Amino acid sequence: MKTKFRALGAQGTSRRRVRTRLLAIGAVGAVLALGTAACGSSSGKSSAKPGAPSSFKTADQTGGTLTVWVDSTRLAAAQLYQKNNPSVKMNIVTYDGDANGSNYLQTKVNLFNRSGNGWPDVVFSTQNNETTWAVQAGFTAPLNKGLIPQATLDGWATGANTPCTVDGTIYCLRNDLSQTVLWYNDKLMKQWGYQVPATWEDYQALGQKVATEHPGYLVGSAGDSFAPEIYMWAGKCGANEVTGPKAVKVNTTSEACTKMATLLDTLTANKTMSTASVFSTDFQKNAADKVLMMPGPAWFGGAVFQSGLKTPAGQLGVAPMPQWAGDSSPSVGNVGGGTWLLSAHSKNLKAATDFLTWVTTSDDYQGKLAPGYPAYGAAAKTWLAAQSTSGYYANDPAPALTAAANQVWPGWGYTQYSQEAIWAATITPGVTAHKTIVSLLPAWQKAIENYAKAAGYQVGQ
Amino acid sequence: MTAGTHQQAGPERAPRRALRLGRAGHGFVAAYVVLLIAFGVMPTVYAIYLAFTNAGDSFSGLSNFTTAASDFRYLPAIGHIALYLVFWLVALVVFVVGLALMLHRLASRGVSTTVRFLFYIPGALAGAASVMVWLFMLDPTVSPVSFLLRGLGMPTFGDVVAPGHLPVLFTLIAFWTGAGGWIVVMFGALNNISSEILESARLDGASAWQTARRIQIPMLRKWIVYMVILAFAGGTQLFVEPTLLSQASVGVAGRDYSPNQLSYDFAFQNNDLNTAAAISVELLLVGLIVAAVFVARSGFFDAD
Repeated sequence: MKTKFRALGAQGTSRRRVRTRLLAIGAVGAVLALGTAACGSSSGKSSAKPGAPSSFKTADQTGGTLTVWVDSTRLAAAQLYQKNNPSVKMNIVTYDGDANGSNYLQTKVNLFNRSGNGWPDVVFSTQNNETTWAVQAGFTAPLNKGLIPQATLDGWATGANTPCTVDGTIYCLRNDLSQTVLWYNDKLMKQWGYQVPATWEDYQALGQKVATEHPGYLVGSAGDSFAPEIYMWAGKCGANEVTGPKAVKVNTTSEACTKMATLLDTLTANKTMSTASVFSTDFQKNAADKVLMMPGPAWFGGAVFQSGLKTPAGQLGVAPMPQWAGDSSPSVGNVGGGTWLLSAHSKNLKAATDFLTWVTTSDDYQGKLAPGYPAYGAAAKTWLAAQSTSGYYANDPAPALTAAANQVWPGWGYTQYSQEAIWAATITPGVTAHKTIVSLLPAWQKAIENYAKAAGYQVGQ
Repeated sequence: MTAGTHQQAGPERAPRRALRLGRAGHGFVAAYVVLLIAFGVMPTVYAIYLAFTNAGDSFSGLSNFTTAASDFRYLPAIGHIALYLVFWLVALVVFVVGLALMLHRLASRGVSTTVRFLFYIPGALAGAASVMVWLFMLDPTVSPVSFLLRGLGMPTFGDVVAPGHLPVLFTLIAFWTGAGGWIVVMFGALNNISSEILESARLDGASAWQTARRIQIPMLRKWIVYMVILAFAGGTQLFVEPTLLSQASVGVAGRDYSPNQLSYDFAFQNNDLNTAAAISVELLLVGLIVAAVFVARSGFFDAD
């Protein structure tokens, strides 16, 4: 107990005082004292919080075990680092990676903030919106204020670290870019004499053709919570425009939104658009070899097709995301991409920074092993070269992916509430109950507004 | 809370022995009281304190309660929990009493011990683990009873967890995990009914149904009230089932379903422990009021 308090520095003294005073109460009181000490520490913590964001006071650097939280996909990265650096004592913990807006990390950090210990040193999150709460909670360390050299930070793709930047300070590092492209089965396309569609109009027409000519085959899936980030984001639907630190504009019934929703409804009705999650047992069992096309982020190639659906080598092709005919500014969506956060409470900043730098920039992991398009430029080059020569893809994926990296529509921002969670709870049950997405757009609007207001946002239209 | 009421029920049975072993008794109770204070009373007092103060520790009247009540998730959560309680309490009373009576009737035929054990097994699994079992049961692609789910017109997990099905699903899960213990308790209570009374009922020509209705159920009344009070308090705190379901369905169902989840959201997503505490104090109040009504109306503490 004692070392724990001491390690926390200045705050430790007052807490220790509370504890000593209470210990004096007596034998039965001992148990009670624990309870009170917990209360005391928590109120002390919450009053100390507001100052946290800009000033970063490091904890005593006592070293010790480096605790790293990763999702199951990033486990390989942490294990490789451990293998390359056997002298670093690591505690690798796998968690859900905050996937689908589960808020696991935020919940835990709030608990650690109250108990005054327990924070992991480095965390991977599949979400790009962690800074919206983690900076305020005093959890993330500012990275461009001495921890990581600017020269290294300059190596990231343009705009890649925008979701990590608050008032010019970088609070996390982007793991991968998740620009969307159109994945397709080259073998089937050629066999059936189809052209890869360049416009959404052609895409929809091809979907209708597949429904009659090859029923059972799919041109996409809208069953995941990130479906709005693939389709609505790419379609420039203004559901999530961030206009200020705590201000958003929400308009889900614009023409851009209804147009894309109508496309999804049409293809869902003729069953060429799946309503099952690509990660569900249902999809992997029944639809794995039925995917003709599927718009999806860069990481679909490795994580969904190669390891999930086991699409054989030489079949998967990559094409640019379709665009609406006549639209002169091509736009694509983005699904996550993941961020790495460094704890401001780390007692082992040197080792933590070293791991963070390695895991985001190294060719060993990002270039050669990572399933997604690395956000760090040099690693992305190695990664693309490896993909092109891997023999897995039917065509060179580099041109489509590289072009899409610069076309992510900037009108969709990152908020504290999760767009994925809202879509899952509002639209998905409706679609399952055979309602059209177009008819659910007003309910989607209402839900986003509600969650935005509950999180303290000003909502405009 | 649960443990506390359990403890109160027993001692009266052997007053003379208890008197003799008074010192040992006090020892046991003292250990319990320490735990009760540390993990029951203290958190409650702390929650009440939080509920009436703001983040700066100054008195804030009812503002936390109005914040909670004006949240867009508040009324739906109350509605969900009310509907769930109706399903859960009715199912519990009807099936637990019914199965306990059946078990008692089987007692003479020697299979009772086996059946009792079977009833009790699910309760031996920890809460979250048994919910996980149900997540498999409810997914038609992996469920051993997928034919049943498909037969009911639910070919995918999404169909199974449609919003309208949730009260029934949670009742199923809660019944499966929690009812076994109560069946065993009721069975014990039935065994306490003197065999002379049952014998004379039989001699008077009472059928099994009449014996149950006119003798056994009335004599079980206090146990049923006891069960309802605890099940009500437990039911209003519904949390594990919807939370796990929400994770399993990647957020499609069960998110912000119950007041307890809303309280959790306030505490850990909005970092507003005061409003979270206000909701838990409301749950406590509702539990206390319902318990008081049941106790007063049933003569729970009257001597036999």
